[in-house]
Amino acid sequence: MKSLILRIAARNLLPLFLIISVVVLLRGHSAPGGGFIGGLLAAAGFILYAIGFDVKAARQKLNFNAVNLIGAGLLLSLLSGLLSIYRGAPFSTIEFFTLKIASNVSYAISTPLFFDIGVFLVVVGVLLTVVFSLMEEQ
Amino acid sequence: MNALIPFPILLPLFTAIILMLSLRWQTLQKYISLAGSIALLIISILIFAQIESKGIQAVQIGNWPAPFGITIVADLFSAIMIIVTAIMGIAINIYSFSSIDINRQRFGYYPLLNGLLMGVCGAFLTGDVFNLYVWFEVMLMSSFVLMVLGGEKAQMEGGIKYVTINLFSSAIYLSGLGILYGQIGTLNMADLAFKIRTLPDTNVLNIVAMLFMVAFGIKAAVFPMFFWLPASYHTPPAAVSAIFAGLLTKVGVYAMIRSFSLFFVVDVDFTRILILWIAGLSMLSGVLAAATQYEFRRLLSFHIISQIGYMIMGLGLSSKLAIAGSIFHIIHNIFAKTNLFLIAGVVHRLKGTYDLKKLGGFYKNYPILALLFVIPAFSLAGIPPLSGFWAKFILIKAGLELQQYVIVIVALIVSILTLYSMTKIWAELFLKAEPSTGDNKPLLKPELSLLVPVVLLAGLTVIIGIWTEPFFNILMRAAEQLINPAEYIHAVLGVQL
Repeated sequence: MKSLILRIAARNLLPLFLIISVVVLLRGHSAPGGGFIGGLLAAAGFILYAIGFDVKAARQKLNFNAVNLIGAGLLLSLLSGLLSIYRGAPFSTIEFFTLKIASNVSYAISTPLFFDIGVFLVVVGVLLTVVFSLMEEQ
Repeated sequence: MNALIPFPILLPLFTAIILMLSLRWQTLQKYISLAGSIALLIISILIFAQIESKGIQAVQIGNWPAPFGITIVADLFSAIMIIVTAIMGIAINIYSFSSIDINRQRFGYYPLLNGLLMGVCGAFLTGDVFNLYVWFEVMLMSSFVLMVLGGEKAQMEGGIKYVTINLFSSAIYLSGLGILYGQIGTLNMADLAFKIRTLPDTNVLNIVAMLFMVAFGIKAAVFPMFFWLPASYHTPPAAVSAIFAGLLTKVGVYAMIRSFSLFFVVDVDFTRILILWIAGLSMLSGVLAAATQYEFRRLLSFHIISQIGYMIMGLGLSSKLAIAGSIFHIIHNIFAKTNLFLIAGVVHRLKGTYDLKKLGGFYKNYPILALLFVIPAFSLAGIPPLSGFWAKFILIKAGLELQQYVIVIVALIVSILTLYSMTKIWAELFLKAEPSTGDNKPLLKPELSLLVPVVLLAGLTVIIGIWTEPFFNILMRAAEQLINPAEYIHAVLGVQL
């Protein structure tokens, strides 16, 4: 049974879930939050969508193979750790960069951010792989 | 270049990632995986050369100083084990070319295999007891999936036993860790070795030592915690059971040698006698159980237990020569035992069964295979000049020097019984005429990719046996580093003991 209320809710909540997940991810740098919890939120959005519609629609919405998301996330985390070796420090040492956007606006970016984005992608990928395959089996 | 040390962990991870991303291109998978293992071998040889010239190397991950962060340490023992792991990776990759079906491959056989190698290398390199737990889990997670991948009924049954008992052992290890951390307040191995000597109460330490012993003992399958191994190792495909048989139990032995030579050294009279008892009983019970078996891989599985007994025996004797003998036995056993499992796989490929009673006539039909079987089988039984002879010779010499005659006698008897088991396989599989099944099927030829790793490992067994002396000298230096942990502690913490 596909409920109309659930479908409309899922369609409208998905963007909200994704925005909040990114906020939680970025917030995690110095406050509660981070890649793991953010990834759970993002995956929850897609899972709700899959319950409201079906797995096929959710897969189309995701637009990526969930297994590839795991691979990409792991690769990003690995590379964020390797950067410090390139700079002559031991593996996984925190490195900082400054990103200049305008003459008076600049952002400090650190490698843990990329590590966390990697974690985010891995969590989304793992959860969706598991949940989608379980739902398809029914 | 200190930065090289974490790469035996990072490289299999990288290979696994690439394999995961290219899961769609099935034909590429095996070549990427093989290339990854070859690169792993090159890096581990480089690390070995570096330790040879500059002594024990340590890296503080994330640049957090030693007792607080995670330390990756490579001494000679770790470096040798990593080289062996890489060689196993290459052999199993080649063997998987034609023996792993496309279905298993599609569900991620090759990424999992590399995940397993990452876990094993991590366990060999880490200098932190909690991190060791993490690598155990990485290794076990990959092995759980490899164990049941394919979903045959026997695999599921074996898999449940394997998963349950290994999770149980991890839980025991974790509780031991908790007590240890509560008592001493550090998890860094070198720091533990440093602080454990000042602990006033040795009773608590003995409790922790026994919890560790049970946890590692289950993973290494020693007496009386071995029953899960022969119940599960004969169920997955030959390539998988070969790498399990070769590597996984030895990680447990490695962890035992590391912890009981580095930091559980306060009440040695108690622990060493216990280890010797366990060693003797493991040898005997394994070999006696094997004598009754007629399923090829089950027979070999029981032999793993008896061979683990020899490795533990060296630890129980704990002289420099004995530890060197232990390491020698570990390496010899990884090569020989894996090789026998691979040959069992070839036999299964040719005849479709592992039951020795239904097999026969191999000497007439496949004389080269017979020769390839004789090398690891004789090596395992300890026939000179193959590697197993030297491993047992060193251990027995060490036992005589320390006047531990009982364990020496047990080791000698078990050696003869091992020869009996190998002769049984020889008689059943090679000499006996093939039981006639009525239909005359044409003789199959084994694929080249199945024979190449068998030849490679048999060659290594012979090489170690013939050029023993340079090899033995390296092992003596590795044992020296284990017996005198001062250099290890200095490399990690930068302090003198």
